[in-house]
Amino acid sequence: MIALIVRRAIQLVFLLLGISFLVFSSMFIAPGDPATMVGGPTATESDLVAIRDNLGLNDPFLVQYGRYLGNAVQGDFGYSYQSKQSVSEAIAVRFPNTLKLAIASMIVAIIIGIIAGLISALKHNSWLDVTSTTVALAGISIPNFWLGAILILVFSVNLQWLPVAGLSDPFYTWEGIKQLILPAITLGTGSAAMIARMTRSSILEVVKADYVRTARAKGVKEKNVIWIHTLKNAMIPVITVIGLNFGALLGGTIITEKVFAINGVGRLMIDAIAMRDFPMVQASVLLVATLFVVVNLIVDIVYTMIDPRINYS
Amino acid sequence: METLLEVNNLVTEFRTADGNVQAVRDVSFSVAKGETLCIVGESGCGKSITSLSVIGLLPSNGSITSGEVKYEGKPIHNLPFEQMRKMRGTKISMIFQEPMTALNPVLTVGYQLREPLILHHKISKSAANKQGIELLKQVGIPYPEKRINQYPHELSGGMRQRVMIAIALACSPGLLIADEPTTALDVTIQAQILDLINELKEKLNMGVMMITHDMGVVAEVADRVMVMYAGKKVEEGTVSEIFENPKHPYTIGLLNSVPNVDDPDFELEPIPGSMPSLTEQISGCRFNPRCKFATDICREIAPPEFSTKEGHIVSCWLHEKVEEEVKHGHLTAQI
Repeated sequence: MIALIVRRAIQLVFLLLGISFLVFSSMFIAPGDPATMVGGPTATESDLVAIRDNLGLNDPFLVQYGRYLGNAVQGDFGYSYQSKQSVSEAIAVRFPNTLKLAIASMIVAIIIGIIAGLISALKHNSWLDVTSTTVALAGISIPNFWLGAILILVFSVNLQWLPVAGLSDPFYTWEGIKQLILPAITLGTGSAAMIARMTRSSILEVVKADYVRTARAKGVKEKNVIWIHTLKNAMIPVITVIGLNFGALLGGTIITEKVFAINGVGRLMIDAIAMRDFPMVQASVLLVATLFVVVNLIVDIVYTMIDPRINYS
Repeated sequence: METLLEVNNLVTEFRTADGNVQAVRDVSFSVAKGETLCIVGESGCGKSITSLSVIGLLPSNGSITSGEVKYEGKPIHNLPFEQMRKMRGTKISMIFQEPMTALNPVLTVGYQLREPLILHHKISKSAANKQGIELLKQVGIPYPEKRINQYPHELSGGMRQRVMIAIALACSPGLLIADEPTTALDVTIQAQILDLINELKEKLNMGVMMITHDMGVVAEVADRVMVMYAGKKVEEGTVSEIFENPKHPYTIGLLNSVPNVDDPDFELEPIPGSMPSLTEQISGCRFNPRCKFATDICREIAPPEFSTKEGHIVSCWLHEKVEEEVKHGHLTAQI
């Protein structure tokens, strides 16, 4: 297990190098001049030249990239062209919100998805199954900006049970939890639906397995046939889906953060792209990529815990 | 010998999109304590479904529609689910064809072995573990203390089948159903597993119902043989009767389709045609479309079961003629 983590950590370094290079070069190629962003609309041509010199924008690409890397290794991702704020600080303020949102959504998705999938599979072809699969289909199809708006309308505006927007209170307070509910449902619904469908089909597949028949031939109680002999095996593909969905969910935070006016990395990233705020874009993309890799590492570790046949050494 | 299992006029049907189909048609047989009955036939002849009917593990769309299954004289085919569950593992156990897939890949050998012991004998985990190690020793697994903590993928196919046998025998059942237990194994391992089953049968005085399509296996282990074709029993007798004095053309066909390495002139003689599908309507004897002796009566009326000798039953209108042909060497049953 430790060897796996160490190996992945080394891989992560190379991966981040690759990603940083890609992001840096795409920003380099992209049209638009950062100097005009920094200088603002009133900057004269000589101001712009000075800014370019100051930021090193006239240097060759590799020199710029090397400088960026050198600073990044020391934790310095530069300053935002737009707000002049330190990128590291800007992200540090917003990242907890995004993380909170992503984790809460994933919890919602896993709980709803697995329970719905389980009920569907155990009551195969019953009205419960039909209802659950139909709702899951709807869950996958509904775009989350629409769902978010509808949830706000119903629960915040009409019923006034939950706050309309924001995520400022700590998650362990009642207010903090109330603020998380709607965004987590909005963001988690799609994943919940995917997990439910995967859980259902995986269980239906596993209950037909020879070893489940063996368990029955031993006289094992039906309850244990499902909980012990079926579920653990059925969870293997579900874990894969959960891991992949976490990535999609990180992408999804951008929209959800917009809808619920949450001050998160997703919004920061979108705004930075729109404003050609290169340092901000680079740092946020690197962060999201790191998160994605870490989630995949966790998925791999969970695999080894569930399935003894998987051995990464 | 004391009768252990008695199956009378068993009919097992499946609900399918094409309506109900009969997979087992009016089959009767019995197994005595300490006896091995081999059920032989081609794939799809209903032999596995017969065994699943006995142990009550038919797929959800299958059910016994008539006939009865008795264990030690008591009917078990209509037992409530919970009572039948308690019988499985304790009275009737089963081992399956594929040792590779029959063990749960995410649970240790020990867990799977302890499970029936803890469940049926209500003993502690440590006591079950001790007993489990004993069982592994009994089925000839070296280093049982180590093996018990391993997962199935860490064992070879032969070892896994031994583990399956250990699990099946954990609660000393009276009847062991073995559904092609050696088909997926190497030939050398096959012999070992068959010897093991034989040895344990004698030691525990178990009845064994062995499902196979391999006449070599039959010769090795059977006391009595039941030949099935398209859901029907076509012939039943002691192993020597079936091999030396087969009376049903299908049995002869089966024997002739086994290679004989001792005889250089031996030529394999396949049975022409293929097994009818379950839904196919065949009037008269179900084997008649493939039978070279078939006459009008065979095509019109299904033959009853003729008892020719003590325990030798054949379901063929022409069994006397076939017997004559075999005697005069026109038709040879060679193995």
